[in-house]
Amino acid sequence: MHLVYPLVVASLLFGIGVYGVLARRNLVLVLMSVELMLNAVNLNLVAFDAWWRDTALHSGQVFALFVIVIAAAELGVGLSIVLSVFRHRSTVNIDEIDQLSDRDPVTR
Amino acid sequence: MSPVAWLVPVAPAFFAFVALLLGRRLPGGPAVATLLGTVVTTVVAIGLLPSAMQHPARTSIHSWVYTPIGSTGGAMARRYADYAPGTGGLTLHVGTSVNGLSALLAVMVCVVSLLVQVYSIGYLHGDRRLPSYFAWVSLFTAAMLLVVLASDLFELYVGWEVMGICSYLLVGHYRESRGAGLAAIKAFLVTRLGDVAFLFGIFTLGVGAHSFAIADVTRVSGLSHGTVVAGTLLLLGGVAGKSAQFPLQTWLPDAMAGPTPVSALIHAATMVAAGVFVVARLYPDFAASPVTMTVLALAAVVTMLLSALAALVQDDLKRVLAWSTVSQLAYMTAGLAVGGYQPALFHLLNHAAFKALLFLAAGSVLHAVGTNLMSEMGGLWRRMPLTFVTFLVGALALAGVPPFSGAFSKDAILDAARSVASGSRAATGVGSWVGVIVYAAGLLTVVLTALYTTRMVARTFLGPRHDDAALDESSFAMGAPLVVLAVPAAALGVLGFHGLLPTWLPSPVPGTFGVAPAWGPLLVTLALVAVSVVAVLLVVRARPGQDPAALLATPLRGALESGLGVDTAYRRGIVLPVMALGRSMLAFDRDVVDGTVNGAGRAARWAGGVAKLSQNGNVQLYASGMLIGAVVIAIVVAVP
Repeated sequence: MHLVYPLVVASLLFGIGVYGVLARRNLVLVLMSVELMLNAVNLNLVAFDAWWRDTALHSGQVFALFVIVIAAAELGVGLSIVLSVFRHRSTVNIDEIDQLSDRDPVTR
Repeated sequence: MSPVAWLVPVAPAFFAFVALLLGRRLPGGPAVATLLGTVVTTVVAIGLLPSAMQHPARTSIHSWVYTPIGSTGGAMARRYADYAPGTGGLTLHVGTSVNGLSALLAVMVCVVSLLVQVYSIGYLHGDRRLPSYFAWVSLFTAAMLLVVLASDLFELYVGWEVMGICSYLLVGHYRESRGAGLAAIKAFLVTRLGDVAFLFGIFTLGVGAHSFAIADVTRVSGLSHGTVVAGTLLLLGGVAGKSAQFPLQTWLPDAMAGPTPVSALIHAATMVAAGVFVVARLYPDFAASPVTMTVLALAAVVTMLLSALAALVQDDLKRVLAWSTVSQLAYMTAGLAVGGYQPALFHLLNHAAFKALLFLAAGSVLHAVGTNLMSEMGGLWRRMPLTFVTFLVGALALAGVPPFSGAFSKDAILDAARSVASGSRAATGVGSWVGVIVYAAGLLTVVLTALYTTRMVARTFLGPRHDDAALDESSFAMGAPLVVLAVPAAALGVLGFHGLLPTWLPSPVPGTFGVAPAWGPLLVTLALVAVSVVAVLLVVRARPGQDPAALLATPLRGALESGLGVDTAYRRGIVLPVMALGRSMLAFDRDVVDGTVNGAGRAARWAGGVAKLSQNGNVQLYASGMLIGAVVIAIVVAVP
């Protein structure tokens, strides 16, 4: 199989993920978009592993496994933060969560 | 001579602090402490007299020499100088120097101060600030004695400035009144102005003589002529400031806002005489500079006429006396300028006695009547006979009626001026035209003095009474000093006879004029005085209860009353421009300096505000920034 197919799919996935992170308002969907980006990377790792025929170490696949594990952990933490934010502010709209902004009280 | 002379200035200074700290706890109040100090001082000062009178020309110096590290003097200093780099500095003498002049003046200061303090117990009875009052009076006495006995120019300058600050504090004694506060500031600033010149005069003479000891500075042979002229001219500034001579005379009449005993002590008898004293103390220097003496004589002429005219029309009794003091001080400086060393100092002693007496008697009147204005007095002689008689003694001495003291000394000064005018060589080297001017102005001032003195007595004590409120003669504490002072005011003239003064106050410069009563010229001045007195009395009799000065045209009176507009001229010429300058400096500071600093801050805030527009709390915006950054880095890395 030609390397370009998985790369195009991965690029599409990554683009969708970027769009989701930058444009979605819902925190849960933003987290899901992050997952999309991670999986695009995983796809790349696996595709290049196969293309290089790295039979000794399979380092691409090992990396992909690591990423999946870390993504699972990250998702656990991320979702619990989202849950906690929702409990406090009864919203998961990312536009309304701007408490760390630094603006003058005067110019606001 | 006794080495305890240092006690003279130290005792009143010590007791001043005792009075200040413990005044309220002492039985009998703070006056007890300061009186004790002054009595001690007086006893010591009188103890200095006999030996000083035996060898009046010899100056006995007891002083410690302070030598700074690195200078050439002193074994200790030399030893340090081997390894310590020289820091420069002055060799100072701290101690006393006593001769006839300083011993006599020290006794005068002590006696007047003692009497004034006794008087103050009665005058300021119940005052809230007695501790500080007596402390400042005592400290002032110490400072004046330090000036009189100083062995070093800087020592003298310390006393000179302490007097200034005490004068400031005492003029402002009634500090609730705005006028008193302003008068105190004016007195301080105007004399300060002269003192700056005075300090530089000290530098000039001291640097020229390589020593600040008065004994070295007065050795004229060691100084170049230019140094002497420059130094003495600069010293004149301080003399004019302290002795209220033209053009710095304006502070003295306003200083009358202080309590009357203070006016008697500081602004009549002692501090204002300090300027005259300094000229006498440094007479060898001054006499060696005809230019300085000519300037001094001209300033004195202007001062004596201007202030006598001003005294003629004042309605405030104390201001009459103040202007009269200025005028009499001008006699002294004029006398010194034409080479009348003994006449001038003779007049200084007499003036201290009779002017202190006049002020204290006037204070007694003010205390009883409750006003300074002569237009609200009149006919007081029946109510206050003691005050009237003592005031009259002082007034006769002031007007120059023999046998009262002022007549002889004033005549001696006029004699000196006449001698110079008629061609005798003045010891100070001034031209004979200076003698002519001084003599003419002196005679005119004799007339004016008689006029204003008579008017003052008539307006205060004679004529009809304005209201018949009961007035009591002053208490014992206030009456006794009047009687005691009346004796020297009446009788000090005897010093002029039998050659007493020449032996007690030998001139440090050869060829000065002495005091020898000459009956011919004395009769001339006496005739002038008599005519003036009679004229005023006739006017008063013709128009009972009216001011004789009302005969003058109103605009003239107004001009004279304000001291011929010198104050206004200073206001327009100096005060207002200085204040305008101050305001423009303030505006510069506020608009330019502050503007720059605040502008820098404001600009930084604005830039920060612009920069933190991105910091809006929207995480996705941050993420976009990261993405853009990553893309840019990728392009930069990948493309070339």
